[in-house]
Amino acid sequence: MKANAIEMIGITKIFPGVVANDKVDFSVAEGEIHALLGENGAGKSTLMSVLFGLYDPDAGSIQVRGVPVRIKSPNDATALGIGMVHQHFKLVRNFTVAENIILGMEPRTAWGDVDLAGAEKRVAELSTRYGLSVDPHAKIENITVGMQQRVEILKILYRDAEILIFDEPTAVLTPQEIDELMEILERLRDEGKTIVLITHKLKEIKQVASRCTVLRRGKLVGVVDVASASEAEMAEMMVGRSVVFRIEKAPHTAGGVVLRVENLTVLGPKGVPAVRDLSLEVRAGEVVGVAGVDGNGQSELVGALAGLLPVKSGRILLKGRDIASLSIRERIKAGMGLVPEDRHIHGLVLDFDLDENLVLKSFRDAPYSGLGGFLDFRAISKHAADLIGQFDIRAGAGPSTPAKSMSGGNQQKAVIARELDLSPDLLVVSQPTRGLDVGAIEYIHRRIIEERDKGRAVLLVSFELDEILNLCDRIAAISKGTIVGVLDAKDADERRIGAMMAGMRMDQTQSGTAADTKGGVHAL
Amino acid sequence: MRSKREAGFQDRILDLFTSSDALVSVVVVLLGFAVGTVLLIMVGRNPGDMYSAITQVLSGYDLRSGVWNARYIGEWLVMSTPLILCGLSMAFAARTGLFNIGAEGQYIVGLTVAQFVALYGPQVAGLHWMLAVVLGMMAGAFWGGIVGALKAKYSVSEVVATIMLNYVAYFASRFLTQLIPGANTYRTPSFSQTARLESPFLMALTNGSRVNYGFYLAIVSVIVFWVIIEKTRLGFSLRATGLNKDAARFSGINVTGSIGGAMAISGAFAGLAGAIVALGSFSYGRVLGGYDNYGFNGIAVALVGNSTAGGTGIAGLLFGMLNSAQPLMQSRQIPKEITAIISGLVVVFISLRGGVRMLLEWRMKELARKGRVTE
Repeated sequence: MKANAIEMIGITKIFPGVVANDKVDFSVAEGEIHALLGENGAGKSTLMSVLFGLYDPDAGSIQVRGVPVRIKSPNDATALGIGMVHQHFKLVRNFTVAENIILGMEPRTAWGDVDLAGAEKRVAELSTRYGLSVDPHAKIENITVGMQQRVEILKILYRDAEILIFDEPTAVLTPQEIDELMEILERLRDEGKTIVLITHKLKEIKQVASRCTVLRRGKLVGVVDVASASEAEMAEMMVGRSVVFRIEKAPHTAGGVVLRVENLTVLGPKGVPAVRDLSLEVRAGEVVGVAGVDGNGQSELVGALAGLLPVKSGRILLKGRDIASLSIRERIKAGMGLVPEDRHIHGLVLDFDLDENLVLKSFRDAPYSGLGGFLDFRAISKHAADLIGQFDIRAGAGPSTPAKSMSGGNQQKAVIARELDLSPDLLVVSQPTRGLDVGAIEYIHRRIIEERDKGRAVLLVSFELDEILNLCDRIAAISKGTIVGVLDAKDADERRIGAMMAGMRMDQTQSGTAADTKGGVHAL
Repeated sequence: MRSKREAGFQDRILDLFTSSDALVSVVVVLLGFAVGTVLLIMVGRNPGDMYSAITQVLSGYDLRSGVWNARYIGEWLVMSTPLILCGLSMAFAARTGLFNIGAEGQYIVGLTVAQFVALYGPQVAGLHWMLAVVLGMMAGAFWGGIVGALKAKYSVSEVVATIMLNYVAYFASRFLTQLIPGANTYRTPSFSQTARLESPFLMALTNGSRVNYGFYLAIVSVIVFWVIIEKTRLGFSLRATGLNKDAARFSGINVTGSIGGAMAISGAFAGLAGAIVALGSFSYGRVLGGYDNYGFNGIAVALVGNSTAGGTGIAGLLFGMLNSAQPLMQSRQIPKEITAIISGLVVVFISLRGGVRMLLEWRMKELARKGRVTE
């Protein structure tokens, strides 16, 4: 075995109220792809931020290539040949690729001005050598997210990084782009680079990594040889118990149309349409998934359904009634339940107690509200106690637990409990499991299927393709604000949906999914 | 958590500090007095004199001469009334997530309207003052409501709008009051007796102080505040809006309506304060020569009272006590500035709550470093 490129010993990092890393040891051999696996909040990003100089550890030591070092800033890390590709890219959108790459360390000509031509040449060389096929002259705003990520990779290669850290690099990519990234990672390794891959996706680890360090709740669980460990074993290490990957579900029997979206156009934050001429149908007793990469109009679609964003044109029919111009409250009354994307922004009033949050939509109605506009707190508290039991919400002080003191999973259960309690005909669920641990994910998935089986119409918007494939009866792929194709779950696989998510239209692949000429309108 | 059980006395105090806002206020007030006491000793005065002045305000009992005079208690309550009401005004807005720095303007509008009604209203016993009080309150509500409407409709910052409207109210009040026949540069003719808030009963009880029906109205306001905020649908909507506007809107609460309504109710409290000062403490209309500052002091009152009904009431009484103890202190050779220093310190210390939290977090880290925190 070769020398270790990185050796982190006994790293402890404490944030107010939480020990993010608790005496974690982490070592990466020279020239390997090493995965760092853990659930959200397990401390992966913290550990790597310590290595990259973003956080100062409270205890522990770091050795790079056998030499003890103190990394106090990202500049120190860069000087040591450590580079990081962040989850959210840090690029100037109206600069070219080459300009972005040299930003902060611009080479000069003999005249003292920026040597852009020389930089472009070097970028092109690096790009060819590692098979990145990036055009140094292209502007960032004109290239795809996958390409932008490669620019980030080039940026650190340009700074002579030998150790590359990738923070959840596949979160923003389509399945095809993920495959390409995996090839790039292998290529980088073959060229002698050392790679740390932060992820919670087991498939990717199996594909490229040689070893895998598993963290759980800030502690080191173990280091495994990827070749000799199964996905289930690694999942168990990550979660601390065995995990069900697939939800059992009965075949669905779809009823009448509950939601029909017709030629919907919604403007995004910059005044350009984020949802364009989108049409979609959800029937009673089925789960329809909207699959797509982040930023393709999903948030705006959900915002328009909820009534948070104005509809530019088109109709939203709930049980045949156009609700596009109704107020939020009227929509709730008309039978729409919505689990919002961000439970801390739209889902909960964190400074309210649990019981108050559970009546946030129904406090005006009997029995919570009586004569003269007075609230009946006994009824509100009893209601909360009921839901706590029904939905297995863990709340330390029962109904009067402050929402902010609850765990993410239990907060999400509370939001879901509130929405389901209103027995909506249509349930719109947006990113329901983001940031949750596997146990909570399982529970929430089961609940969604239960709702479907009760004959409710469910629209699921998610960036997690596995979640969509797992739960949905029909899958609509969204790209650039339109639905580019709808597949029956039985005909769907990652490949096919991935192609659609990338914007390729399904022409006559499947019966009933032919793309309408009116820009992504589908006969469902 | 293990650390909690093992934590020492010091940590338990810190825990309390971060968990109970009311306790923080109490400690902060005591701390303010402690520093004030030290300052007095440093300038060579006897702090006992300060406390005897305070005792006299609170109990009416002069420790030096042994004479009891309930009038001091009455004057204390008179001084506290507008502070409590302006504190409620600030607190009500704060609970809805708004910063109403315009209580001063709403106070002036209420005061001015009440003066006009006192001079021109129907001189019917009972009806006259009630009408003046109600219209003063409504004027304050209107003045606050303008700000609420601007904020809700056009996203105009309520801070800027209220500051500007304070000036509008002040100069408009001066201009209009001076137009009254018989008015000079500082006062109008006297009101009819029917417009006065005088309470013969309270006066008799407090040996002829100026304490009046206004104090009853302040108590009622504290109760109304509490009921609206804590017990009603309206209060629930307002609190939800104040704590998380996005979630409130998402849940179908009319957020713009909440903002407008909250500012109007907030303004009504300040307008009531204005009416009470106009009709309770004076027998003629004043041409204002400057801000009375009750509105601004209300901000400090609400801050110390944690924007709760009871807290604001008690904080109003505290600040009223400091204000009315001033002249007594002066007569005892205590510099009157000490009261301003104490109330200033109290506000500064209250604002340091965030600092106390940081201290707690630092303590936790220290514990963890020693390996006492495991999970």
